[in-house]
Amino acid sequence: MVTASAERVPRVASQADVSASELDEIWKTKPGITGWLSTVDHKKIGLRYIVTAFAFLLLGGLEALVMRVQLAQPDQRWLTPEQYNQLYSTHGMTMIFLYAMPILSGFSNYLWPLILGARDMAFPRLNALSYWIYLAAGLFMYAGFAIGAGPNDGWFNYVPLASRTYNPGMNEDFYALGMIFLGVSTTVGAVNFIVTFLRTRAPGMSINRVPILTWGTLTASVANVLVVPAVSLTFFLLWMDRQIGTHFFDVSQGGQPLLWQHLFWMFGHPWVYAIVLPAMGMVSDGLPVFCRRPLVGYAPVALSTVATMMLGFGVWVHHMFATGLPNLALSFFSGASIIITVPSAVAVFAWTATIWLGRPVITTAFLYFASMIVLFTIGGVSGFMTASVPVDWQLTDTYFVVAHIHYVLIGINVFPVIGGLYLWFPKMTGRMLNERLGLWNFWITFIGFNLTFLPMHLTGLRGMPRRIYTYPPGMGWDELNLITTAGSFLLALGILLLLINVVRSLRNGAVAGPNPWDAGTLEWATPSPPPPYNFRVIPQVASRHPLWESRLQETDERSFVDYGMVLDHGRETAGTTPLDGEPDIILKMPEDSYAPFLVAVAASAGFCGLLLHVWWLAGAGLLGVALALVVWLWPERKLGQRVGLQHV
Amino acid sequence: MSDATLAYPPLPEGAVRRIGVGWWGLLCAVLTEGALFGYLLFSFLYYSVQLDPAWIPVRYPSLKLALPNTIILLLSSVCVWWGERGVREGRRGRQLLGIAAGLLLGMVFIGIQLKEWHDKPFSLRSGLFGSLFFTITGFHMAHVGAGVIALALILLWSALGYFDRRRNAPVLIAAMYWHFVDAVWLAVFTVLYLTPYLW
Repeated sequence: MVTASAERVPRVASQADVSASELDEIWKTKPGITGWLSTVDHKKIGLRYIVTAFAFLLLGGLEALVMRVQLAQPDQRWLTPEQYNQLYSTHGMTMIFLYAMPILSGFSNYLWPLILGARDMAFPRLNALSYWIYLAAGLFMYAGFAIGAGPNDGWFNYVPLASRTYNPGMNEDFYALGMIFLGVSTTVGAVNFIVTFLRTRAPGMSINRVPILTWGTLTASVANVLVVPAVSLTFFLLWMDRQIGTHFFDVSQGGQPLLWQHLFWMFGHPWVYAIVLPAMGMVSDGLPVFCRRPLVGYAPVALSTVATMMLGFGVWVHHMFATGLPNLALSFFSGASIIITVPSAVAVFAWTATIWLGRPVITTAFLYFASMIVLFTIGGVSGFMTASVPVDWQLTDTYFVVAHIHYVLIGINVFPVIGGLYLWFPKMTGRMLNERLGLWNFWITFIGFNLTFLPMHLTGLRGMPRRIYTYPPGMGWDELNLITTAGSFLLALGILLLLINVVRSLRNGAVAGPNPWDAGTLEWATPSPPPPYNFRVIPQVASRHPLWESRLQETDERSFVDYGMVLDHGRETAGTTPLDGEPDIILKMPEDSYAPFLVAVAASAGFCGLLLHVWWLAGAGLLGVALALVVWLWPERKLGQRVGLQHV
Repeated sequence: MSDATLAYPPLPEGAVRRIGVGWWGLLCAVLTEGALFGYLLFSFLYYSVQLDPAWIPVRYPSLKLALPNTIILLLSSVCVWWGERGVREGRRGRQLLGIAAGLLLGMVFIGIQLKEWHDKPFSLRSGLFGSLFFTITGFHMAHVGAGVIALALILLWSALGYFDRRRNAPVLIAAMYWHFVDAVWLAVFTVLYLTPYLW
């Protein structure tokens, strides 16, 4: 019978009664290049994000090693000042923009639908778009570096040094346009996470039952939606000043360099939290797996995640303490920067208590997560120190700040990410990473990291400025720099061991099975690797740990993971209400599509046109984007966007 | 576990009214675009408080065209809202008429704004104020342009009979975007045209 009614009672069945091959037919990506360019599967996109971001991590690491060789001893000059400037600026751009956020987007893209009990993200095509634009923007920014025109004014790129008068090459144009381009990817990705969180959680998964990772990524995404426009705008204004002849930062016309700093750091500081909160979420979800108990203090940790970001909007001026702002402003932002340690401390105490009250199983993943608590504390204390205005005046622009940022970003981003890799690699590939090699990998990375960055605090206290390409002997910095360089190579060795472990385990790692760690959340209810449709039936969730309920005995309610809505009239998943997770719609999901790839290609052409002043190309790119978007958004009967959705 | 029972009520399918995900996506887009204009206006106000009032080439901006144009844009929002109600009530004529009138008024706004730009004694390159003025109003014009295209598309789709009382999410989404563009203009108008009278 063919009906055109807009409502349908979803069929409920046991997993065993649902045909996997039919669902597979509906959801699978076509083989070959066509499928590769058009897929919208969140798992494929997530893995692409992870692999690409890791490649950028390695590039950024190599750039750091080159700099460390120059700084190993005083008075070395085999890198010229200009080469050194481009290296440290590109290193910052790579790590902060092309690695730190995208790697977390990769994990969240891969994991979210699995831990939320959905079949894909809310906007699968937008997901593909955000990856393609990330890749295109990354290549665009690196194209400048490859032809000797990488950014050369540090990653925060202060004017007037970045203006055309003092920086006439194309360096800053590559960087400015690339950052605007990358901002599109970040923004559409963030929108996707927000709507996915609000609307596609499994029935019964009220917002107090979601894993902390989703709180972290949600908070980061809301922040990105609000602050990415600031950095895109300020880079756009800079580009117009340089190439169109406007006067936003032109001092002779009354323009003020401080406007750049405000706009940059209004973005920059929330961004710092955006690139750590999801990683903190990974620790909050990962530690309990290996401590064999639920996280201590779920609600305080979730609330402090959100509170950190709210306070994080009001601390940007602590990057500008030395710019001569009024005392009242300094006091306010200093106070806010000190208070923000409180919600961070909540998480630290919660993790410590989870280990204390649990029965830890010492795996590589556990070591990465647990050591992160130590590194976070060290980075937190140095941050707390520089939140104080007089201390900051002494330490700003010295290696102390370099030590701080690396404890924060490697400690709270890279360590959880590698821990997360050990935890979820079995889910993603179906194979375990080798634990023996893993322990070598961890200890060498951990010792190498601390050998590199712990002495840097002292280097900074002894007054060595950051960003100098060489230094004279006898300043009290020689031995410290040598130790740091040695440590950096040890750290690199640790990362190399990780790569070897990944490559070896992909081929001959032990077969993982669906739930090798005996973990409690929904992603472990799927096979490893999960099929294209994730779940044969949509789970019905009754607690935070659907797979641990019979052991925890928290309530009498039970989740259903192998019995639930079938939803097999084409690509479908359950839409639920934002707070309670009550089902209120059957979401129709789009088929694979070339539109995202084409939008990214057209936009790349447009940005190349802007860079090279080929205005017709810029116009053609814009037109191409517009046409692809019209095709993309044309209402489809199958998706129920216009009348006439029929089903048999 | 098949001895337990789960039953769900009848659920709408696809993009029905505001329940689908498209509407929520639009709200996020509005949030991020609103933030963008926030930073633009912040930049303008930052210079307004930092610099001597003489930084404005024309001390008191003329409202002769800008005020009527503001009213035209608000009227277009009313028309679109009226057409949007038409689609929700299943009255196709009202739906087409409302959207078409909104679209027309939107284009009139662009025309008058171009004339306004042409008459200004300063330009994008002439100084700091000009750079800010033309960038902020330029960003707004780009959004009006996108809104006009969106209205044209939903007019076309409405004429093709794509929507009814339940299936009308694209209309609601495009209409909401148009209201947002108008609301932003009120902020831009207030800051660029009215605040100079306060100093």
